[in-house]
Formats: sequence, structure tokens, C-alpha cells
Amino acid sequence: MTFPWFGSRKTFAHGIHPPECKDLTRDKGIRRLPFAPHLILPLSQHTGAPAKPIVREGQEVVRGEPIAEPGGFVSVPMHAPVTGVIEKIGLARDARGGMSPAIFIEQYQAANQEILYGAETDIDSLSPAELVKAVQATGVVGLGGAAFPTHVKLALPEGKQVDTVIVNGCECEPFLTTDHRVMLEQVDSIYKGIRIVMRALGAKRAIVGIETNKMDAVERMRAAVPAGLACTVEAIEAKYPQGAEKMLTKALVGREVPSGGLPIDVGVGVFNVGTLAQIGELLPIRQGLIERVVTVSGTGVRSPGNYLMAIGTPLRFVLEQVGFRERECELIFGGPMMGTTIASLDVPVTKGVTGILAIAKDHPLAHRNGRVYPCIKCGACVEACPMHLNPSELGLLARKMEYESMTEQHHLMDCFECGCCSFVCPSNIPLVQYFRVAKAVTRERKVSK
Amino acid sequence: MSVGTHAIDIRTSPHIKGQLTTDTIMLHVVYALLPVTAFAVFVFGLSALLMILVTTGTCVLTEHVLCKLAKKQTTVRDYSAVITGLLLALCLPPAFPLWMAVVGGVVSITLGKALFGGLGMNPFNPALVGRAFLQAAFPVAITTWAPAFWPKVWSIERFTSIMLPTVSLPFMRPESVAAFIQGVSLDGLSGATPLAKMKFEHQATPLIDLFVGMTAGSAGEASAFLIILGGIYLCARKMMNWRVPVSILVTAAAVSGAFYLSDRQAYPTPMFMLFSGGLMLGAVFMASDMVGSPMSPIGIWIYGALIGAVTVLIRLKGGLPEGTMYAILLGNACTPLIDSLTQPRIFGARKKAVKP
Repeated sequence: MTFPWFGSRKTFAHGIHPPECKDLTRDKGIRRLPFAPHLILPLSQHTGAPAKPIVREGQEVVRGEPIAEPGGFVSVPMHAPVTGVIEKIGLARDARGGMSPAIFIEQYQAANQEILYGAETDIDSLSPAELVKAVQATGVVGLGGAAFPTHVKLALPEGKQVDTVIVNGCECEPFLTTDHRVMLEQVDSIYKGIRIVMRALGAKRAIVGIETNKMDAVERMRAAVPAGLACTVEAIEAKYPQGAEKMLTKALVGREVPSGGLPIDVGVGVFNVGTLAQIGELLPIRQGLIERVVTVSGTGVRSPGNYLMAIGTPLRFVLEQVGFRERECELIFGGPMMGTTIASLDVPVTKGVTGILAIAKDHPLAHRNGRVYPCIKCGACVEACPMHLNPSELGLLARKMEYESMTEQHHLMDCFECGCCSFVCPSNIPLVQYFRVAKAVTRERKVSK
Repeated sequence: MSVGTHAIDIRTSPHIKGQLTTDTIMLHVVYALLPVTAFAVFVFGLSALLMILVTTGTCVLTEHVLCKLAKKQTTVRDYSAVITGLLLALCLPPAFPLWMAVVGGVVSITLGKALFGGLGMNPFNPALVGRAFLQAAFPVAITTWAPAFWPKVWSIERFTSIMLPTVSLPFMRPESVAAFIQGVSLDGLSGATPLAKMKFEHQATPLIDLFVGMTAGSAGEASAFLIILGGIYLCARKMMNWRVPVSILVTAAAVSGAFYLSDRQAYPTPMFMLFSGGLMLGAVFMASDMVGSPMSPIGIWIYGALIGAVTVLIRLKGGLPEGTMYAILLGNACTPLIDSLTQPRIFGARKKAVKP
């Protein structure tokens, strides 16, 4: 519930306030992690078709050199993050526990790791269509975690228009501070990125949304708005999931994305600040995305911080560098609300990894896997769900495996698995997990029909 | 340094969890009920204490035995049976025969809860199911009220001896409380409840007596003040939905206010309505039972309004002096209907794409 007269900020209805836990890393400037001796680059780090390798085993590559081309329109190329030699192209363990094809690179320890690729380009001379191609060539995907190829969002479908670009600087997930640091340290690149994206979409204005727990970033961004750019910076309530694109669109421009639709359906394009910073930095010099900022945090890490690391750095190497307390920990890629636990230390950091968290079992917030009580219909989940679904009812139906009723009458497919319902449930019911299963079954049934 | 000699745990998101659990909520409801319970013992003496212990014990034991019979892990540790036991005792007359209280406890848990599938599945508040059963089975005993001894009687006899009806034998006619009252007290101490006085004698009880708890009635009804205190505690800790008691009390006040304004002689004031009888206890501790109340805020307002209005109508127009119990049971019964009518409007539904 919000009381506008109490001076609260723009926001959406419902949502939760989990403890932020950002103090561990919020003041730690971005530092470069050393290059790992061996890198693993999965061909499918993004949503869409996997990239196609254009190198062969034993080939030497220079840092920044393209090593894979896009496998289709919804796909991006890949670039060598280090100077070295292609060890092999084969299967590698991925974050979800399966195996997927990847390019393995051995780094040349003595190389100076200079980037030898790229060419200066005047972005104002490019047409929107050329900009889309140029963005694709950088290999940039949504760095906020979704890893959806950014250029696809820039290519407007027939009949669609975008009047407003929303820049997502919310970072509502606990622990994560990558976007926060990027906003403090890479302001100019962000504004370059905003300019490029606005130009590609033909948008009239841009709004940067930042949660009130990052007022230093709000001030920094406000002070740096370039003259002549129709861009405002708004401080919005710190609340989870403020950074979900539908919630952010509602909070900033008051438009409700229709059920099953995308922000583009209401004339809005939403981009993460980290993504825009990379576009702004890479596109004018025609380079590829080869590294990203990752928050390494949690009670299981000795020196938590925000690290700039080469894409493909194995998790084991990261943990060795930052110091890992050998005790029972849960290792997570991404934030604690929507991230994935990692099944192996040989998994590489990919383009979509926003954070690496080691949350010890004795952390007060750690999931205890405690006893599941019956639903007491307290309604906490109903008041938490940002999509205004009824998770309690959905949970009961899931127990009875009435998946059809869940999708037809209770809008299961609108759930984006933010985890609010599971977080607040006093009875410990694994609601999000139920919904994942239900969605998977529904999708399968649809395919088999 | 090498890493990776430990086992890796995997699970699905979210990986962190809020701290509030069902058993903590239940435990805090018990805490909130303790002052009310203690005051009941203070006002009504040893008989009230015995009854509270007996109903609570019966409820917990019944729950445990039923779990064992169903070959399930016992569920007594979630404290919900304790709440049922306490609430049952608090809505019975203080000198209620103990054997009847045992029957009430067993009925509450078996018919009110276990039969439907246990915690979370019960459509009605189990304590009220027990009380409704007792009202039907023992109409005389359940309307035999002992007076509030405090503050008119300073003797400590109520703590040293037991009121006779309390220990009546099963299936025997309970003794009258009159003898005990004469034994300890002065004249003018009557066992008639404020609502009965109002209904049958048209005699109002001073508000302050109702608020502090110097009136005859069920064990837990006495002090509106302590009940409100418990309610505020639970609301502040977000363990109770504040809309439930507020909606009930506001509606009750509004409906009885309308009656009062129509005829000031015939009808009591809204304040009297709020603070007398079981309305306060029912609104704060019984109707607010999460299981039997709707989930959406609008649903709760409808539910509360229904309970508040029906309570007042039964009191003023019905044959009984008190109607809270039936009103809440009726509200519970309507909850699934209210829930299905007040499904939240999902985000992005109905609205068509906005033209930029």
C-alpha cells in the first residue's frame, strides 16, 4: 500500500521488500579480475538460436576477434575474450546442469591482451536499420540477466512505434550492485547508449528509473544528462520486482503492458543500464562484447566486490581469486530471487550473469527447506504478486494437477516467476516451483496437440 | 588455493525466504490471547482456569490422536489446536461444566477441523463449530452465566473454590451458580449478561464496565480493552489482516447506529453494541482466522460487513441476545463464494494496447 502524501515514490502495486544485503559490495568500485588460463564460451549464451563457430581447433585468436557468427536473426556473434588458441570445440557443462556446445580457449599468458579489432564509426551517420545491424555485431544481449539479443528489441515490427525508452537502473534483486556501480562509473557510456537506442527506435524521450536505495547514482546520472537529450532520471521506490519491465513501465509511464504482451505493445522499449553502457562503449568503436561486470557477493566469499571479468571465465577460477570460504554454501548465478543454483564449478560466466552469490546455509535469509505446512489462506502471496494473480489458488490447483484450469481461468502464463509468493509464504509452499512444472506441462501439451 | 571439495546444493529460485512461518504466526496468536485469558481467570476465578486448561488440553490431545489414527506426523506443534482450545474456552460461560467443555473440544477438532482435512482446509472456525454444537446440545448450561466478581467482590474465594456447575457429573443436571454467588458476594451481583439485560429488561450497562471487563458473560468477552490490545499487536506484526476486525466493527457500529437513530428508546447505542458480548472477541480473534476469511482486500470488506450486520440484526431483531457466533459461521460459509467473486484483476488484463 502506498501513501502518496507521505512522499513515497513512483512504483507499481504489490511486490515485496526483501532485505537488500547490498552493503557488502555497494561501495566497492569495479575491479578487473585476472584472465583465467582457460575460458569456456558456450555457443548459446543468449536467448534464441546458438551462434555458429567460425574458428577451428588450434587456431590462434586475438582478443576481440569474432569467433562465432549469429545463427539467425535472434542470435548474436561471439568474440574472443582473450588472446590465445582455440583448444577445442565441444560440449561443456552449463549452469542448469546439462551439457551444451562451447568453444574452449587457452589464454596466452605472455600476451599483452590488447584489443586489435574495431574501427571508429560516427553513429549519427548510420540509419536505424544500420544501427540494428551494428548492435547485433557487438554481440550485446540483455545484461540484466535475460540475455535477450538487444538488436531484436531495436528492430521494430511493422506497425509498432516506440515513443519512450525506459532505462532500467532498478537492480531490485538483493545483493546485486553491478548496475549501481556501472551508473556511478560509466555514466558517459550509458548516455551514448541511450542516444543510440533512441535513434534506432525513433523514440522521443528516455526515462531512467533508479530505486531510492541508490540516490548517489540518481544524482550522478541527473548531473550528467547531456544537453539536448530528452532524458529524465526518476527515483522510484525500492521494492522487488521493480526492475521487471512490466512493473517498471507501469511505475514510470503508467502504462500497463497487456497480458501476454511486451512493453513494445504500449510504445515503450526497456533496456538495462549495463546493456546501454556496453552499447555506448562498444558500438562507436565497433568492438564486440568480451567482458562484463559481475557482483561477487554473499557470506561465503572472502573479498566480495564488483569485478570486470572476461566472458567465459570458469566459476572455479572466480572463486579462487576472490577467496571462497569452504563451508556449506549455495552458489547462485544471478540474484537470490530469480537466479539459478549452479551444479558444477566448471560452469563459465556468460553474458547474462549479473552476479555470483555464495550464500552460506546459516545466513538468516537462506532457504531452510523447512517443513511445508498446509496453505492457511493468509493471502500474503495475493498481496505480494506483482501480476495480481492468486498464487494460493494456483498452488492448490497445481497440487491437484489441474493445469488446464490454472492456465485458462487463473492466468498461469502471466506469471514470470519473480518468486514473491514463495518468499512470503509462511507455510513454506514452493509455489514458484509448482508453477514452473505446470507451465512446462502446459507447453508440452500444446506441442503434442 | 583450491576450491570445490564440498558438496553443491541445488534448488530452484527463490533462494532466500521471508522469516514469517505458519507456526510463528500461530504462536503469536496464542501470545496475543494470553492477556485475555489471564484476565478471564482473574475475573472469574478457578472455574475459568480449569475450563481453559480442559478445553485446550482436549483440543491438543484430540488433534494428536487423530493424527496418529490417520498415521500422519502429529500437527500439534503448529499451535493451531492450542488456539482453538483457548478460543473455545473464552467463548463459553466461566462456570460451564467441564465434561461438556471436553465434548466441545473434541467436536471442535474432529468436526470443525480434522474432518475437512486439518489446518487450512476447515471452512469454519473450529472453536465456533464446537461452541455451536454445545449451544445446540446444552442450551441451558451455555446460558448460565457467572457474574464477574471483580471489582465488586474482593474476597479471594473465587480462586480457592470451584463454582458448582463446573464439576457436574456427565449427563446430570448441572448445579445452579446461585449458591456460589451468595456464598461469596454482596447483593446486587447478577449473572445476567449486558446483552440479556438489554434484550429482556431494557437496561443498559455502563460503557466503562464493558470496556474494562466488569460484566457477566463468556470467559473471554469481559475486557474489550485487552482484546483490542491483542489485535493491535497481531496487526502490527502483520500476522492478522487489520481489515477483518475493522470492517466488522465499522459495519456493526453503522447498522446499530441506524437503529439507534430511528428509535433511541428501543435500541442501544452503537458503542454498547461494539463493546458488549462476544462481538469484540469474535471480530478480533475468530473472524480473523485466515483460513475461513477471504483473501482479497475487497473480499474481506464484504465478509466483515456481512458479519457485522448479521450480528446486529440477530441481537436486535432475532430471538437470541447474542449473534456473533452465527454471524461469523455464516461469514465463513460465504467465504468461498466471496473469494470466487472477488478474484484479483490480473495485471495487464482487460486493457487494450495504448496507442503511443
